[in-house]
Amino acid sequence: MPRRLRWLTPYLFLLPGGLWLTAFFVLPMLVMASISLQEGSLSSGYRLTWNFPIYAEVITEWTTQFVRSIWYAAAVTVLTLLIGYPMAYTIAFRGGRFKNILLLLVILPFFTAFIIRTLSWKLILSDNGFVLGTLKDVGILEPAFRVLATPVAVIGGLTYNFLPFMVLPLYVALEKIDRHLIEAGSDLYASRRQTFLRVTLPLSMPGVFAGSLLVFIPAIGDFINADLLGSRETTMIGNIIQRLFVQTNAYPEAAALSFVLMAAVLVLVALYARFVGAEELTRG
Amino acid sequence: MTAAGIPIRPAARPVATRRPRLGARLSRAVLPAYTLLAVIYLFIPIVVMMAFSFNNPRGRQNITWQGFTVQNYFDVWSRSDITGPMTSSLIVAATATVLATVLGTLIGLALTRYEFRGRGPLNLLIYVPLATPEVILGASLLSLWVSAGVQRGLLTIIIAHVMFNVSYVVVTIRARLAGFNRSLEEAAMDLGANEWATFRKITLPLIMPGIIAAALLAFVLSIDDYVITLFVAGQTRTFPLWVYGASRFGVPPEVNVLGTLIFVVAFVLIVVQILWARRRASIEQALAKEVK
Repeated sequence: MPRRLRWLTPYLFLLPGGLWLTAFFVLPMLVMASISLQEGSLSSGYRLTWNFPIYAEVITEWTTQFVRSIWYAAAVTVLTLLIGYPMAYTIAFRGGRFKNILLLLVILPFFTAFIIRTLSWKLILSDNGFVLGTLKDVGILEPAFRVLATPVAVIGGLTYNFLPFMVLPLYVALEKIDRHLIEAGSDLYASRRQTFLRVTLPLSMPGVFAGSLLVFIPAIGDFINADLLGSRETTMIGNIIQRLFVQTNAYPEAAALSFVLMAAVLVLVALYARFVGAEELTRG
Repeated sequence: MTAAGIPIRPAARPVATRRPRLGARLSRAVLPAYTLLAVIYLFIPIVVMMAFSFNNPRGRQNITWQGFTVQNYFDVWSRSDITGPMTSSLIVAATATVLATVLGTLIGLALTRYEFRGRGPLNLLIYVPLATPEVILGASLLSLWVSAGVQRGLLTIIIAHVMFNVSYVVVTIRARLAGFNRSLEEAAMDLGANEWATFRKITLPLIMPGIIAAALLAFVLSIDDYVITLFVAGQTRTFPLWVYGASRFGVPPEVNVLGTLIFVVAFVLIVVQILWARRRASIEQALAKEVK
């Protein structure tokens, strides 16, 4: 390439991928925004009427599911953090030569299809399956006891499915910590608990932040777990969007609902970022 | 790891040389035991899936243990209702992986090796899809196809899979390129290689482990995807879509067979990739030493 055109090289590299993302991510979002403001039906056609009140309508109509999704996703984030932090800590600090094998073991289960994994939990948790059925036969559990179709099953399924998204960023953050800082803590007569709370935990916050986002965002929009493991009482906002779009073809409502969900995610993420001080975290 | 293997750690204090008390030793065992339990928890549904691939169920439900058989492993290949969607999934995953890897690698190269204007908007374009719930990605694509009156099928599935995979490829490649040593490229140019030859003979082989890792990730994400595919599939059935549909009437053990086989293949591929990357890393180090 002639020298005076060399500045073009990076743009040539970016062009195909950039165009793809523009055509199939940005453009669809704009189309969906336009659809949310249209009125009509699939048979008679849609017309753009700038129908902004639909946003208020979908929020009031599906408040329960919105609140439920936020609370499920928050619970899942906390649970994956509680389960994942000690795991990541152990692998990073005590893993030794088993570090890579342990990491592999963490991601390996996730090479089985999401659907099959979740169906497997459905089988394990089923009312008269080999686990609950046996416990009921022995008399440990009441015959009416059930896990499936309860919030516990849905939150449990989500927690299982998104756990590696928490463990991996936590591991990366913990692994990066300069060991000398931790030794300095103990050299200065801090107890192990104090060293952890004052040195290790604050330094691992970027991992906590990244992991929480990687768990919270897919969890709040998920509908597979609620669908396979839940009941009508555990319907999440993703189930509603999916139903309106795919089954009832109520496109404007579904589109508006999608944007409300996206706005909710952005607001919650921004609040969370402010709460943990993300500016400082991402700078490092 | 400390430079030249000299331990910087101060000499152990006398406390550490004494044999730790029983309580201290027990508390040291808590974390590894906990991690072991967590790993077992991760494998519970996988083991169940594998076990039930050998079940011999009566009727359509494969939920209680009826007896051991390996017949499912032979039957699965003649069940066209399962192999059809599986073939669709493989076609989609292979095509989407190749396209997304090429597009994503180009972006990754541009981001790590060139200075240019417009990084901010580009980063936004790459990271926002990653931060968007899948259901919204699927819904927006469906909006596009419905508005444009495009028939949905294999092609729209591939387009969607390339879209969500490009970002993952960029992130993976970028992470691998971060520690990229440019001295080898400079050496090649000094020795008279032109830009294309340098790229083909030096750069590409060096970043290959990153590209392979990104491609593997893209393939796995693509073959596993249910949510986005559901919105853009039309009448086409990929494997996850078929399994989901079948789950309403009872999943046949052949699904567990395919799940088990995919798991085993993925396992082998990852182990091979890790071993290969490790070997390459040592060759690279040796090469870099030569150049210095």
